[in-house]
Amino acid sequence: MSTIWQSLELLVTKGLPTTVLLTLGLLGAGLALGFPIAFLQVYGYRPFRWLCRGYEQLFRGIPALVLILIFHSGLARSFGILLPAFTSALIALGLRSSAYQSQIFRGAIQSVPQGQMMAARALGMSKLQAIRSIILPQALRLSIPPWTNEFSSVLKDTSLASAIGVLELTKQGTLIFTRIQFVKGVNYILVILILVALVYLVLTYMGNAGLALLERRLRIPGFEMKGKVER
Amino acid sequence: MNEQHPSRSDGAILRVEGLHKSYGDNHVLRGVSMQMRRGETVVVIGPSGTGKSTLLRCINQLSVPDRGRVWLGDREITCKKQNINCLRAEIGFVFQNFNLFTHLTALANVRIGPMKVKGLKKAAATELAMDELARVGLSDKADAYPAELSGGQQQRVSIARALAMSPQLMLFDEPTSALDPELIGEVLDVMVSLAKEGMTMLVVSHEMGFARSVSDSIIFMEGGVILEQGPPEEFFTAPKEERTRVFLSKITELYGE
Repeated sequence: MSTIWQSLELLVTKGLPTTVLLTLGLLGAGLALGFPIAFLQVYGYRPFRWLCRGYEQLFRGIPALVLILIFHSGLARSFGILLPAFTSALIALGLRSSAYQSQIFRGAIQSVPQGQMMAARALGMSKLQAIRSIILPQALRLSIPPWTNEFSSVLKDTSLASAIGVLELTKQGTLIFTRIQFVKGVNYILVILILVALVYLVLTYMGNAGLALLERRLRIPGFEMKGKVER
Repeated sequence: MNEQHPSRSDGAILRVEGLHKSYGDNHVLRGVSMQMRRGETVVVIGPSGTGKSTLLRCINQLSVPDRGRVWLGDREITCKKQNINCLRAEIGFVFQNFNLFTHLTALANVRIGPMKVKGLKKAAATELAMDELARVGLSDKADAYPAELSGGQQQRVSIARALAMSPQLMLFDEPTSALDPELIGEVLDVMVSLAKEGMTMLVVSHEMGFARSVSDSIIFMEGGVILEQGPPEEFFTAPKEERTRVFLSKITELYGE
């Protein structure tokens, strides 16, 4: 029993922080890039739209693991640029997430009715003012539900960073079981993996609970689904 | 900016000259010219698809006309050098579908224009917005969101939102067409009192009662041009054009007197 507790302690103290940090970094980078990309795709001049579309297609079309390997081993072997594993994972998965997030925000922006922009412009607001004060607050609210999806997959995709040696939850898990299987036997592999899985599960649950709370806090009459069919 | 005003005249607040607008192959406006004096209420009627709404949108440049010019007072709205946002701030626009900002309360809807466009402080803008809400009889709904209001109430808020900018001219694009019959009255009442207070109003509407009793002039549009314009007495009793007569009889059949 004490082995399990020790393993869990090791996972939480020496794996979890990196996973959380990487997740937050990815979500932040994805948000910082994804949002402007979405706006350029909807409101930008044509060349910008094409550029953003190309970007989004590219990074949604490559497997996350391949991207990670490109930004780590690929850069190192071909150009001699050896990035720290964490940085490589952050860039690779961040680009991927920004492409996905841009499509979440694009969908949300486009679901704000055209009349909202028209009414704002008719009042004398500039396009930028209208986007900031009218379109953005509505689009953000509409983005939360699909964004919880992206949060969940980004969190779990951080485990791919273990492939290049980032010491996050999954990597820590494998380290633990390779070490103790000689002492305690191979049965512990499953136990440790279940522990790792549980930590991801709890993280995902807590994150989604937080986002659901945010969604409720920002809820406004007229934004919830209406017309409930009772039978 | 406009050194010369070839046909500037007699204190017209709005002048429209030779407007043309096409959407693809659809030539909607085919040379519309008109003018309005300060304080006038002009009602535009005509069959659907004849460019009435397009005319309003071309006036405040929500649609950019292909040809023709529009002046607000002595400033040319169609002049590319003019700051369109400043000019639009002086022209109120009321939409058929209200287009209230869904994420803002009634108060915030009315307040946001003066704050963002005119730079008013929140306290001053709130006071102004409450006055405008009182003017349309909705002080008690200040904290309600659009989804919590009836169509008539939403349209009154949207009128208050336009009024809060102290416009020189108000454009109404079929303001009662999306409303249930029993809600039309409350919106028309607001418009009637506005007209009486001397607001300059250009109204696209099929409310013949309103046109007859409130307007100074009625414009009949068909096929992208103004076929006939005149004061309501004349217009309703002795229309000059055969097509006006046909339209009026159809309208009376549909809506009654």
